[in-house]
Amino acid sequence: MAERYFDVRRQTGFTTVAMICFFLLYLPIATLVVYAFNDNDSVAIWKGFSLRWFYSAWHNGQVIDASIRSFQIATVAAILATIAATMAALATTRTKPYRGLTVKYAFINQPLMVPEIVTAVALLVFFSRVKVWTGYSGLGYLIAAHTAFCIPFAYLPIRARLEGMDLSLETAAADLYANRWNAFRYVTLPLLWPGILAGLMLAFVISLDDVVITEFVKSGGQDTLPTYMLGQLRRIVTPEINAISTVFLLLSIAIVTIFFFVSRKRA
Amino acid sequence: MASAAEVAESREREDVRRRWLLSAPALLIIFLAGTGPLLIVLVYSFLTPGDYGDVKWQFSTDAWVGVLFERDIFDDTLSLASAHMAIFWRSALLSLATTILTLIFGFPTAYFIATRPESRREVWLFLITIPFWTNLLIRTFAMKEVLRNEGLVNSLLQFLRITDQPIQFMFTDFAVLMGMTYVYLPLMVLPLYASMEKIDFRLVEAGYDLYATRFQVLRRILLPLVKPGVIAGSILVFIPSLGAYVTPRVMGGGTNLMIGNLIELQFGQGRNWPLGASLSITLMAIVMVALLVYVRYAGREGGQHG
Repeated sequence: MAERYFDVRRQTGFTTVAMICFFLLYLPIATLVVYAFNDNDSVAIWKGFSLRWFYSAWHNGQVIDASIRSFQIATVAAILATIAATMAALATTRTKPYRGLTVKYAFINQPLMVPEIVTAVALLVFFSRVKVWTGYSGLGYLIAAHTAFCIPFAYLPIRARLEGMDLSLETAAADLYANRWNAFRYVTLPLLWPGILAGLMLAFVISLDDVVITEFVKSGGQDTLPTYMLGQLRRIVTPEINAISTVFLLLSIAIVTIFFFVSRKRA
Repeated sequence: MASAAEVAESREREDVRRRWLLSAPALLIIFLAGTGPLLIVLVYSFLTPGDYGDVKWQFSTDAWVGVLFERDIFDDTLSLASAHMAIFWRSALLSLATTILTLIFGFPTAYFIATRPESRREVWLFLITIPFWTNLLIRTFAMKEVLRNEGLVNSLLQFLRITDQPIQFMFTDFAVLMGMTYVYLPLMVLPLYASMEKIDFRLVEAGYDLYATRFQVLRRILLPLVKPGVIAGSILVFIPSLGAYVTPRVMGGGTNLMIGNLIELQFGQGRNWPLGASLSITLMAIVMVALLVYVRYAGREGGQHG
């Protein structure tokens, strides 16, 4: 045929806009990373390549402290949230609708529906009272807050996995006189595992990234890496912030990439 | 002896009890560090501010009046609180502008991804998800790097001799808008893609057979087909924009406040916790209404989108 192939999917200019979009999506991140290697005291002007800001961040006690705290909170909160979410998912899937099921859904998804700043001030109000009553001002508050808003994120992939599961295997286990626990332990859990892992990773990343709620709940000297950075942004910014951001970025990308391949294998 | 029906019924009752026990930890944690404190905020909004922050246990509706009005200190008359109005207005406009901008950029992008061969879509989608899962503060900070006086945009403008002085982008509404658009773009692309993925392109083909132009196909066939995705994406962008706190704080400096920053101010320097509480409940109510509209709409569409 002489006529050029007519592509029904084409829309004029869409590919161009899409390419601009991808470019603009990565341009700021790339700039941020490049300036982390800036050999200058201020981010403002490029002076030459250097690793000194990575070195300086590594030797900044506050940064190391905040990083360790971030990881402690994210690890504990993600594990607790995943356990709670797994149990809740088992209780809310593969069942006839029963009284209270909608209430449970609403409750579990509540942290997703309320603006973060509102949750943050609510926790500030509540926890400041509790701190006075109990005299305890440790990391427990932050862990509790993080666990609560991580639950819906852990719940989503676990529930999706459960809903796609074949019920007949559990019935078979029951037919072979497995009690409930054994059926769960040897049949449901191994099948559910990828969902649990995905939920755990999502919860971990969400906890690690949180700024707003942490900023309001933390007591003095309880900075996490994001709140430390938020505090630094008020001052004159050195490329050290870029260096910290770069490492943080790499870590997030690594986790998301693992997540991508784990969930891809399933499909 | 118990009849079969009774046995079945007691089984079912036991099952329901087991399900409540299983979901108890999640419900308890969310109640303790979520719903419960929100109820306290509701109570606080009807109390009197304490002298150094906190509240006095004295019933008052002043905080709710204070959301919209300010009391003249001399003759005690009420007038519209112009500062609050300006902030509400800015929040609404910026959120709307963010939604529209993300739609303008997100629509072609989602369409581009949805029309790739199936094996490649995942990779393009992955490129959208990476920024989505990286820290919001870092992404906002990255946008600041681009827009600041010595940043990429100003360097380029000066290099092209468009200006000889750097243009002050930072700490303006424009910077806040750019920051929010950048940060929330993936939230628009993902639901758009979910509804575009299912487009039956035979319908488009039929359109062309009937001599439709590309634009007519876009307007009369594609847009109606992906309408649920457009609505979902708009809600997903609009809601967090309205409650944004970090982006206006970093990009807008201390002056270009949005509702989120106004709320924070009441718990910080403002020392008016009840007003902060009533503003929080107001923001939450607006978000809930938006969500309800969305749920009703999505319900009517018969859950066409992912």
